[in-house]
Amino acid sequence: MYKVGLVMNEKPHLDEKALAELQDVMEDEFDILISTYLSDSRDRIEALRSALRSADADSFTRSAHSFKGSSVNIGAPRLGAICMEAEVAGREGRLGQADNILEVMEREFNTISNMLERTLRA
Amino acid sequence: MEEALVEHGALCVLIADDSDSDRMILKTLVTRQGHDVIVATDGFEAVEQFRAHRPQIVLLDVMMPRMDGMEAARQIKALAGETLVPIIFLTSLSDADALARCLESGGDDFLSKPYNRVIIEAKINAFNRMRLMHRTLTQQRDLIHARNRQLLNEQEVAKRVFDNVAHTGCLDASNIRYHASPQSIFNGDILFACPRPSGGMHILIGDFTGHGLPAAIGAMPVAEIFYGMTSKGFSCEDVLREINQKLKRILSVGMFCCAVFIDADFHLNHVRVWNGGLPDGYLIRRDGRRIALPSAHLPLGVVSPERFAAEVVHLRTEPGDTLLIATDGVLEAENEYGEMFGEGRLRQVLDNVDNGLEAFDALMAGVGTFTGTQRVQDDLTLLSLVMVASEQLTDLTNGLPQSALHGPVSWQCSYEVSDKTLGHFNPLPLLLHICMEVPGLRRRSGEVYTLLSELYTNALEHGILKLSSAWKNSPEGFGQYYAERERRLAEVDGHCIRFSLRHTATPTGGELRLSCADTGDGFDHQIWHPVGERSGAGPDSPDGVRYAGRGLALLRRLCESLEFVGQGNEVEVVYRWDFSEPRAQG
Repeated sequence: MYKVGLVMNEKPHLDEKALAELQDVMEDEFDILISTYLSDSRDRIEALRSALRSADADSFTRSAHSFKGSSVNIGAPRLGAICMEAEVAGREGRLGQADNILEVMEREFNTISNMLERTLRA
Repeated sequence: MEEALVEHGALCVLIADDSDSDRMILKTLVTRQGHDVIVATDGFEAVEQFRAHRPQIVLLDVMMPRMDGMEAARQIKALAGETLVPIIFLTSLSDADALARCLESGGDDFLSKPYNRVIIEAKINAFNRMRLMHRTLTQQRDLIHARNRQLLNEQEVAKRVFDNVAHTGCLDASNIRYHASPQSIFNGDILFACPRPSGGMHILIGDFTGHGLPAAIGAMPVAEIFYGMTSKGFSCEDVLREINQKLKRILSVGMFCCAVFIDADFHLNHVRVWNGGLPDGYLIRRDGRRIALPSAHLPLGVVSPERFAAEVVHLRTEPGDTLLIATDGVLEAENEYGEMFGEGRLRQVLDNVDNGLEAFDALMAGVGTFTGTQRVQDDLTLLSLVMVASEQLTDLTNGLPQSALHGPVSWQCSYEVSDKTLGHFNPLPLLLHICMEVPGLRRRSGEVYTLLSELYTNALEHGILKLSSAWKNSPEGFGQYYAERERRLAEVDGHCIRFSLRHTATPTGGELRLSCADTGDGFDHQIWHPVGERSGAGPDSPDGVRYAGRGLALLRRLCESLEFVGQGNEVEVVYRWDFSEPRAQG
């Protein structure tokens, strides 16, 4: 079984400072931003799964790349790092390992998803 | 242009990203900085938005569905044309090759995720400055283009005016060959030739200091004076003095005109040459011997009228002798090593002129071979004048328009030149001018001038100065004659020459009576009558022959009658003309 790199584990789930800044910038639209991100991310995970099923490495790589970008922007560095692992695996054609990464990715997404929803409710 | 650089208003910024959350963040950040934002969710839409709104700055995600950022960048740059539209790629790419490809497709910079508010603001400002600078540069370039076009148009117009004033006169005569650049108007070289009323011609070849318009402007008055005065019969000295004075007055300090003035007389077959500042000219005899004609004066436009020296070199010539004059451009023609052609090579070329080849061709070929492919021939002027017998030169046109006014037909006048005025004033142009008021005489200016000039020369040189024309039969005597003429002329006093002119109409034209009397001793005119039409030397009376050779024959041929009056110091001729074509001059 592929071991997801240790580096990403050193990153926090959420970058509190970045999130605070976003909240400051987005003002009233912060909530909309978070829900937009969360719903987009679910679509992306679904796209990654579908690419993996059809063994489309290129599509897998692109989706992982985009997911990486929006995750680091929203302030979810650990998820961003996992997406990068997936992007690299996809580009190098290691789709066998991608399955495992996708699992780790989903877990991490569920974690930050819960955290963000808590923030929204607060 | 100033206001362009201080422009600070809101920009229109296009943001294209397929990620909704990323797009939201960036749009908010850029809007907060005071700019207007339009958005697109893929490359295709980005190009459409650009086409519709012409945003000033474009932020493009690299990976987008339908059309990626690189292709969108290429299309947007193509649509923008000359306008600089900065494109900043939004990316979390980290490998160098991919980043380089972004720039190759037309991107100007990157903005990496996660976005940093401070960096976004700094980049947008920096690229706005670059955009404005580029716009200023483009505007200035367009302005320079427009000005340059305008300048070229003005030069075209100026050249047309210039060509009308400084026309080439009789440079197309069969005994003249020349090379002058078509661009010579703006390199400051001039080359004019004009027939004299008496049948010879004046040629002026010159080189103004400097280039371009200033040099061309100086050429205009020179042409006016040269053609105007020469056609009216003024001598080369008079024309030179007038040109020098004019240039001295109008040119700025440090501007002048190096020139050679040639007065060629094909009747007497001699030339008079004035060289002020041009390289040595050459008279090349038929047998190849060369006489150098070095510069003996300062260029035209340098010295004040009082100090100007118009002394010329007199040279007796024979048909077939060639005058060769070149401007500095010939000596300064450079080869590929930057060496100049120089006087040494010029003389070498002339030394080796093959039989059958003219010096002109030899020199042109010599310079051409020396310079190789260099385009130096644009600023050199070269002229050769072959001396011919006057009969060979017909139909010299000076291109001057004739006045269409009616003039006087019946008139008379007398004009007297006396004392020291004889030494420095030539009354011929004035007398010719009076005669030329008669329209029917205008086309016969050559013959009228010849009459006036023969009568006057006879009265002055033989009647008053008592010079013997026999001297002119030998080369040494030729020089002596003119030297003695100058000397005696300077001392002349207590004498006068009186012209009486009377014109009347006849049924078919008109009749001009000219009489010329001098205060000299006269001579026994009875003895020349039997000689009649003989065209050789006149009678060998010891105190000088009053009408040597050509002079007498010419007068008798042109006139109805010719009579000596009194002691032989008064001559009267009757010249008739009709409305038919004038006789060929000769």
